[in-house]
Amino acid sequence: MSSARSNPINTAAMHGALIIYTLIALFPVFVILINSFKTRKKIFREPLALPDADSFSLVGYQTVMKQGDFFLYFQNSFIVTVGSLTLILLFGAMAAFALSEYRFRGNMLMGLYLALGIMIPIRIGTVAILEMMVSTGLVNTLWALILVYTAQGLPLAVFILSEFMRQVSDDLKNAGRIDGLSEFTIFFKLVLPLVRPALATVAVFNMIPIWNDLWFPLILAPAEETKTLTLGSQVFIGQFVTDWNAVLSALSMAILPVLILYVIFSRQLIRGITSGAVK
Amino acid sequence: MTALTLTNVNKSFGNVHVLKDINIEVNEGEFVVFVGPSGCGKSTLLRTIAGLEDVTSGEVCIAGNVVNQTPPSKRGIAMVFQSYALYPHLNVRGNMSLALKQAKESKETIEERVAEASRMLSLGDYLDRFPSELSGGQRQRVAIGRAIVRHPKLFLFDEPLSNLDAALRMNTRLEIANLHEQLGATMVYVTHDQTEAMTLADKIVVLRDGRVEQIGSPMELYNNPANQFVAGFLGSPAMNFLPAALLEDGNPNTLGVRPEDLMLDDAGPLQITSKHVEHLGGDTNVIADCNGHQITVRLFGQHAIRSGQSLQLRIAEGKSYLFDPDGARLS
Ligand SMILES: Nc1ncnc2c1ncn2[C@@H]1O[C@H](COP(=O)(O)OP(=O)(O)OP(=O)(O)O)[C@@H](O)[C@H]1O
Ligand SMILES: [Mg+2]
Repeated sequence: MSSARSNPINTAAMHGALIIYTLIALFPVFVILINSFKTRKKIFREPLALPDADSFSLVGYQTVMKQGDFFLYFQNSFIVTVGSLTLILLFGAMAAFALSEYRFRGNMLMGLYLALGIMIPIRIGTVAILEMMVSTGLVNTLWALILVYTAQGLPLAVFILSEFMRQVSDDLKNAGRIDGLSEFTIFFKLVLPLVRPALATVAVFNMIPIWNDLWFPLILAPAEETKTLTLGSQVFIGQFVTDWNAVLSALSMAILPVLILYVIFSRQLIRGITSGAVK
Repeated sequence: MTALTLTNVNKSFGNVHVLKDINIEVNEGEFVVFVGPSGCGKSTLLRTIAGLEDVTSGEVCIAGNVVNQTPPSKRGIAMVFQSYALYPHLNVRGNMSLALKQAKESKETIEERVAEASRMLSLGDYLDRFPSELSGGQRQRVAIGRAIVRHPKLFLFDEPLSNLDAALRMNTRLEIANLHEQLGATMVYVTHDQTEAMTLADKIVVLRDGRVEQIGSPMELYNNPANQFVAGFLGSPAMNFLPAALLEDGNPNTLGVRPEDLMLDDAGPLQITSKHVEHLGGDTNVIADCNGHQITVRLFGQHAIRSGQSLQLRIAEGKSYLFDPDGARLS
């Protein structure tokens, strides 16, 4: 392994592959970004050209700012994403701890039941969910989205986290018990920090689909004051005319917060890996 | 006074019966070592004493009180784990003082006890370091320090030395022996290393398959093992077992002889062919074949024996043991 790493040809090949992959992955983002700063004509005539003095225009951003309450949509998306992630991580980790740490009757069954949700897409139950939200009066509230996304994210979270928690040293938890720590303290202070990489993984996995989702916002919370960013951007896409300037600008701005969240979580991921040290 | 009494302790995990009718009594100030092969239930026994596992039936008494229902932190015990199990988010001082903080001890007491423990274990320079910044030996000392500061009635050690290298293991072993002397505390120590057991223990408990095979002082067990298992487990190199029929026709029993009780003697009754010779300087170990059975002979001093050489042996007077086919001791 070390010889493979130090061999310059291998290193070059490895970096080459990674760079190509990065370019491919970033290309659409790059195209969206540059075109959001161009006039409509130029977008269609030369979609790959960089904006220059002639083609530069902020008209898309101006439209987005004027039309609809873009900052509110932004805020809604943010609240829904962060709220759902918080609940997924909190409840997922708690359930995972119970399943991996305590021996009780039906432990296995409970684990299987919780994992079942991974295989059954939640959208199948959309009608039932809508009926439920109507009867509880949660339609057109952000809570409707947060609850649905939490339910959607929990199965995988429990599955991944319980696997990781099984690997946390029993001795460490037992040392805590002998020193008089409560189960809650053991969970929050000893176990959670050690599974931080897994938490970050779960967060990243769940964050993107929630942020980008159109389905549930459209069905459960289409009201003006609860629109999410993705839903809000749809006003620019018409059946006959699409305001590409506005769509591209809205998308460019939507990328930013996800990027920031991602950077935060991946930091955690790296720190978690390098700071364990039980033995 | 007895520091620890186990009465008919049984422990099952589901259908797996791990501990079977354990009865042990430990006196105040004693150093007791549980030994046995891997998987025999030593750790499980220690964890039931600590209260980390509930007993299925039976009674655990610490310092005269039945503690079956008492949580681990209230049992007056401290435990040192094989994997050190230091809290990664706390520095050495924090690791040592956590239990006292949980018990709501005053600041002065905590400081005093941490200072005392770090002096005993020479950890003074490391108090502000985090576990990830310490070597294996230092981590194990911190783990021991964390136990000392609690002033427990009972120390529990679960193979505390098995992650250390040979030289460090020997030093730490001496350190633990010193601690026992200084503190005069009762200690229960689990190991599968019979050298540790012999050197540290006042009393050894030999376990096999969740059962107590024999309890006694190291020399009692060495000189007077109750059965073939105990005889073979203690002592290094291990005792030789040969069919008694080699010496006496038709005898169905097994003869046990320690390697050091075999003597070179041209008129001896046992004929062996040496297969491998270990020259240790002070001793010479001859691993040899005796009618298809492997036996080890430990000769004092240096001997020029080649492999493949034929030798005659005799057994030192009164130094042989006889076990019946089930392993029970006959004489
Ligand atoms: N939680 C558990 N569930 C089921 N079986 C268990 C559990 N913990 C231990 N056992 C079983 O109990 C037996 C004794 O285990 P224990 O850890 O006490 O062995 P040990 O003597 O400490 O061995 P070692 O020297 O390898 O540490 C083993 O056969 C093990 O498989
Ligand atoms: Mg063990």
